[in-house]
Amino acid sequence: MTNYLDSVNSDWFNHRLGVAMTLVITAFVVLMARLVYLQVVEGADFRRQSELNSIRVKIVDAPRGLIYDTKGRLLVDNRPSYDLGIVPRAAVPLDRTLETLSHLSGIPTEQLYKPIEKIKDSKNYNKPVWIGPDIDRNALAAIEVNRWDLPGIVVNVSPRRDYLFGPSAAHILGYVGEISEDELKSTTYRYYRVGDYIGKYGMERAREPWLRGKRGGQQVAVNAVGQVVRVLNTVDAVPGHNVVLSVDHSLQVVAEQLLSDHSGALVAVEPDTGQILAMASSPSFDPNAFVSGMSHEAWQALITDAQFPLTNKAIQAEYPPASTYKVIAAAAGLEEGLIDETTTFFCPGFFKLGNRTYRCWKRWGHGEVDIYKALSESCDVYFYKLGQELGVDRLAWYAWGFGLGEVTGIDLDHEAGGLVPTAAWKKRRTGVSWQKGETLSVVIGQGFNLTTPLQVAMMTAAVGNGGTRYRPRMIKTIQTADGRDLYAAVPEVRGQLPVSKRNLEIIREGLFRTVNTRTGTAFKSRLQGGIMSGKTGTAQVVGRREDDSGRGQESVVKDHAWFMAYAPHNHPQIAVAVILEHGEHGSTAAAPVAANLIRFYFSGDMQAEKTAGPGTGASSGQE
Amino acid sequence: MFDRRLLQCFDWGLLFLTLAISGAGLVVLYSAIMAGAGAPDPLLFRKQIIWYGGGLVAMAICFTIDYKQIERFGNIIYLVSVVSLILVLFFGKYVSGARRWLYLGPFSLQPSEMAKIAVVIVLSRYYAKIISTEGLTFRDLAIPTILTAIPFLLIARQPDLGTAIIIVLISISMTLFVKIERRTFTWMGVACGVIIPLSSFFLHDYQIRRIRTFLDPTQDPLGAGYHIIQSKIAIGSGMITGKGFLMGTQNALSFLPEQHTDFIFSVLAEEWGLAGASTVMLLFLLLVVWGIRIAGHCREPFGVILSVGITAMIACQVVINIGMVMGLVPVVGVTLPFISYGGSSVVTMLMGIGLLMNVSMRRFRFQ
Repeated sequence: MTNYLDSVNSDWFNHRLGVAMTLVITAFVVLMARLVYLQVVEGADFRRQSELNSIRVKIVDAPRGLIYDTKGRLLVDNRPSYDLGIVPRAAVPLDRTLETLSHLSGIPTEQLYKPIEKIKDSKNYNKPVWIGPDIDRNALAAIEVNRWDLPGIVVNVSPRRDYLFGPSAAHILGYVGEISEDELKSTTYRYYRVGDYIGKYGMERAREPWLRGKRGGQQVAVNAVGQVVRVLNTVDAVPGHNVVLSVDHSLQVVAEQLLSDHSGALVAVEPDTGQILAMASSPSFDPNAFVSGMSHEAWQALITDAQFPLTNKAIQAEYPPASTYKVIAAAAGLEEGLIDETTTFFCPGFFKLGNRTYRCWKRWGHGEVDIYKALSESCDVYFYKLGQELGVDRLAWYAWGFGLGEVTGIDLDHEAGGLVPTAAWKKRRTGVSWQKGETLSVVIGQGFNLTTPLQVAMMTAAVGNGGTRYRPRMIKTIQTADGRDLYAAVPEVRGQLPVSKRNLEIIREGLFRTVNTRTGTAFKSRLQGGIMSGKTGTAQVVGRREDDSGRGQESVVKDHAWFMAYAPHNHPQIAVAVILEHGEHGSTAAAPVAANLIRFYFSGDMQAEKTAGPGTGASSGQE
Repeated sequence: MFDRRLLQCFDWGLLFLTLAISGAGLVVLYSAIMAGAGAPDPLLFRKQIIWYGGGLVAMAICFTIDYKQIERFGNIIYLVSVVSLILVLFFGKYVSGARRWLYLGPFSLQPSEMAKIAVVIVLSRYYAKIISTEGLTFRDLAIPTILTAIPFLLIARQPDLGTAIIIVLISISMTLFVKIERRTFTWMGVACGVIIPLSSFFLHDYQIRRIRTFLDPTQDPLGAGYHIIQSKIAIGSGMITGKGFLMGTQNALSFLPEQHTDFIFSVLAEEWGLAGASTVMLLFLLLVVWGIRIAGHCREPFGVILSVGITAMIACQVVINIGMVMGLVPVVGVTLPFISYGGSSVVTMLMGIGLLMNVSMRRFRFQ
């Protein structure tokens, strides 16, 4: 055995071991203190952090309600949109991943990189950043196949609004868009969040609370790269309600085709209910472009277009009613007892008031004119004489009685009310007293008169149905997603025309002759069986366009062409108002449009669809 | 040769302690491997149990052979270890940027783990010969420095900085225990105080930055710092009673990096709370104290220094690993003895325990 005890003895060792023991215990005390600090002092805080780490609340947006036409044909749908996201933490190396992704998706690398750049300094490197909204199916397939080569890439499916027929009925349907910052601040949109899509125009906007639905949510556990590993809690989203329009899609398409070469509008309405069958405004726009976000240039082009594609001319644009107003003037004359069916005036082609001469549109005159001829040949001189005796204020009273000068109350936003001038109105507005000559302008529907195509259509419907004014309706029913009716439009009477049955029959006869007698202004557009009655109108443009110089000069000088019609004559099922801006003459431009529409409406195609019956398809849950 | 007293003096307490820690380790490892989807390969758990079997055999061999024989063949053991470290640099398995493993049939070995024991043995052998109450001088320190530097450089080259640092720390602990002569010690202190600040003048900016991130990982929240933050959340969120076996969200949802190796203590603390974590820490403390007591009972220098070396190895790894996952020490890849997954680590640690038992059961020779 070694004789080591001489120099290094057991006590010496034990002393050094004691020091070592102290050091070890000190180290462990420090560790223990740290452990207590982390688990006891800061424990609750770290527990919360661990929950935040792994538990996320995932918003599940409700699918927006769908929109159908009156026969249950789907007009507005939701389609899946595949959005590309990236979890920057997991996507390493980032540059290579983005390059591969760019190659597969066809989106430039810089564009993919932009959203990542934005969050670079924040702590959200664990959350996905959305870099490619709405990628197409080919790109999606390519990405799915190459998933292994794309670390940290996620694909999210979200519903996106799809206007199935593009620009067709765009003014009625409207469009959705991402909520703006200003809208978020307003109380109307209290419960909305950044990135939500809301109705911005048309039905989408007017019925936003119905279409919207109720968002749901999921409490999920995610792992370190953000993948959902478990769903802890779910609150189901409630889909929005479906809206069934009274519009008939096939009729709507025909109406749009008939208008396609013009700037103008058309309204077709069911006289007995006030339900809108078609409402077209030309030119139109594609609402799908708004959903995916429009470029600044595209937006500028839309809003500076001289033909105002974004305006629903059927309810927002106001035009002088022109000769369609003669229906009102005739009613006033008959009711006030100034004329009856036997009264005649002589039309030499002009009318003298003081030292001014007012011309009839027919230069050589109509000769002896009674009320039937005055309407069917649209004799101005007959109405000049009548107007002179009636005066502007009495005319105004009848105009109001026919629904002009106030909104019709249709279930769409931004409806314009038009204008019915009176002497008091002019004095208030301009400070100048009413001039007798101005009455002559008013009585033939020019001058200060302003109406919307919808107002003319509703007036036509009332004349057609025997005198009852209905409120126009665009929505037929609103249903829950499973097909339960929440609302069904019932015809709402707004009033009766201030005309007796007998006098109304005189006017209706005048309108019948307009189309169905050889001298009538719309004879060329007559329909087989003489079912259509109507009234032409030509609104003078130059006179009221002095302050509106923004439009192309060559068409500015041309007049607007009007036509109002209903059919069949005895018990009308459809009433139509058409205006073609700068169409020149109601008889040559507008009347054929209305005639073609009505012909289609009573054609085999439409009737075959009709027997299929409404209410099919719209609500699969009912069947 | 076999003495009945060997059996009488067998250190049952040490065996019990070792098995207690290992048992707790297996429970935690099970959770680290099995909890949650996308966790490490489930086969790893079975592999670890097989390694434990092999490790217990190695332990038995280590306490059966008289440590006097081990002292005699110390140089050869060291030489074999150095050769295997050289071999691994050329023939080692290349895994995630490092060559650390040598293939041995179905299993692979980490020579760097075995090198720790080899260094302890060779240093004990050397110091036992020259130990004196005056302490070691510069000349005495030359050979231990070379003996440490060779495996250090070879391991750092793999690269496996954690193990390399542990070897240096073991060597320093043993040298300090043997005592450095006072003047030499003073000069060494002065030299360190001068060289460290001076060296910054000669380092490039990026090198300094790298050292800084190493010392303060919060400067790199996406890399090393992320791991430490998640580890602290895991430990802290365990609170007093823990989230329960297999219920640790940080573990199961793979927020923890390397949850079955370097960061296994975080899993323990998350699922078993202060109660479980402090129990295991106390067991470790008891083991280290036990090792020092074995050294104290030994009556000849090689046995004492060997026990101190092995105990230092265990203590350094435990303190650095736990300090690291709690954010007290920079993150270096150091495993937690008996608990972290890793065959070579388990075998090495059990061999170390075998050597402690060896010294402990042969103490009677001096009574």
